[in-house]
Amino acid sequence: MAEVLPREVLICTIARLLDGVRHVAVGASSPIPAAGAMLLRAMKEAEGAVGPRISILGSVEHNFFTNGSAELFDCAGQGRIDAFFLGGGQIDGFGNVNLVGAGDYPRSSVRWPGSFGSAYLYFVVPRVILFREEHTPRVFVEKVDFISAPGVSPDGVFRSGGPIALLTGKGLFRFDKTRPGFELESVHPGHDLAEIKEATGFRFAHDAEPRQTALPDRTTLDLLRGRVFDDLAETYPEFAGQMRRELGTVDA
Amino acid sequence: MVLSEPRAMAKHIEPGMRVALPVDYAGVSMAMTRPIIEHGAGNLDLVCVPTGGLQVDQLVGAGLVRTVETSAVSLGEAGGAPRFNAAVKEGAVRLKDATCPAIHAGLMAAQKGSPFMPLRGLIGTDLLRHRDDWRVVDNPLADGGDPIVLIPAIKPDVTIFHVPMADRFGNVWIGRRRELAAMAYASRTVLVTVERIVDENLLADEMSAAGVLPALYVTAVARAPKGAWPYGLWGEYPADSGEIARYAKAARTADGFSAYMGQAQMESA
Repeated sequence: MAEVLPREVLICTIARLLDGVRHVAVGASSPIPAAGAMLLRAMKEAEGAVGPRISILGSVEHNFFTNGSAELFDCAGQGRIDAFFLGGGQIDGFGNVNLVGAGDYPRSSVRWPGSFGSAYLYFVVPRVILFREEHTPRVFVEKVDFISAPGVSPDGVFRSGGPIALLTGKGLFRFDKTRPGFELESVHPGHDLAEIKEATGFRFAHDAEPRQTALPDRTTLDLLRGRVFDDLAETYPEFAGQMRRELGTVDA
Repeated sequence: MVLSEPRAMAKHIEPGMRVALPVDYAGVSMAMTRPIIEHGAGNLDLVCVPTGGLQVDQLVGAGLVRTVETSAVSLGEAGGAPRFNAAVKEGAVRLKDATCPAIHAGLMAAQKGSPFMPLRGLIGTDLLRHRDDWRVVDNPLADGGDPIVLIPAIKPDVTIFHVPMADRFGNVWIGRRRELAAMAYASRTVLVTVERIVDENLLADEMSAAGVLPALYVTAVARAPKGAWPYGLWGEYPADSGEIARYAKAARTADGFSAYMGQAQMESA
């Protein structure tokens, strides 16, 4: 079996985290989450089941909304979107996300684009997956400089959604909203607990010897490298091309 | 409705006005950017519906902007918005950071003539903490508790966007970009640039009528072929990512921005 690329591990992990969703929304600049959703759809369809509906935001071709850019949020408010992805310039140990900037607001020393829909979607989408490939202490901080969207809300505040997991280039964490905090669930191949501790600015729960993130089986990998990368190329041609070039190197 | 041209339309903008502009992919009237800058009315309060990009960055870079109300400003794949980010760092623009559905909610309130619209989410965010115009009340229909945020109506003085076509009666084809209608309903003045002006009445056919913003809401229309460039226009042409990247690079410095904006070629070749 050909070597599994790190990004293939991420894509397959996302497909697992999404299992059971009916409708997932992904950003137009998020090829890895989109690939995970497309892989889950392909796996379901291969079993003769119905795969999830995938909304790619900002895409003209894969946009089935007819009520402008407000419709996604209305759709989420109605409970029709089960899963969504959030990144963030900073994410802290309480699941707070900062998409606005580092330093003192409003004159941020580094300004990021802004909160987009996070301050709403984090509250109303049941399965939000925090996804950030870069796993460094500047991203995973003890406390964010600005809360675009809070990880948890006090009792009495309407909250039907929130984070369930944090996936990075080094590992997968589960979010426990009762503590609140993250627990390391698994470590990706090629990384270890000491390295993850070093790269994480917040404290997290973990086993003494955390297990390795599950690798895809041959069938899943074939589906990913075939049909899914074909589907992906329609919306994310550069990413699909790059993955195929890397696979060419692996196979050779 | 008045059939106009971009330079004449820019004269509707007066200093201190609140100006609503659409998201990158909905139909940005880049053809109006240069005329607005030449016209020079400053102290503008921009409302990005719900996010901003190139046009916002250029108006900020030209020094015409007092406030930016937005859910985000970026150049997409070309990275951060350089003049906006510099202005934020210098404290040269006042920020009203929002979240996408809050902008839509504010426009929806204005559309209905209501003072506000309630919106879930937001509680516990620093967005809410920094917005003294947003209010939290307990849901009056619940048995107690259940705090919810009220977003005041957003009533822009001017809305500006670009779409494929208008008819000679001033009806404007917005297709399924319904946020353009929401902006128009909420605004006193609506300035529209179009790829082409057609002879037949767009309201005469039910198929096209469903995607029409009626002339009732439209102040002036001007023909501006490739008027969204270097952004793309739905159903017409894709974005020119090379040009957007060229701008992103040039505008890293104030001098580079001035040089870019000073170039004669500001339209698609």
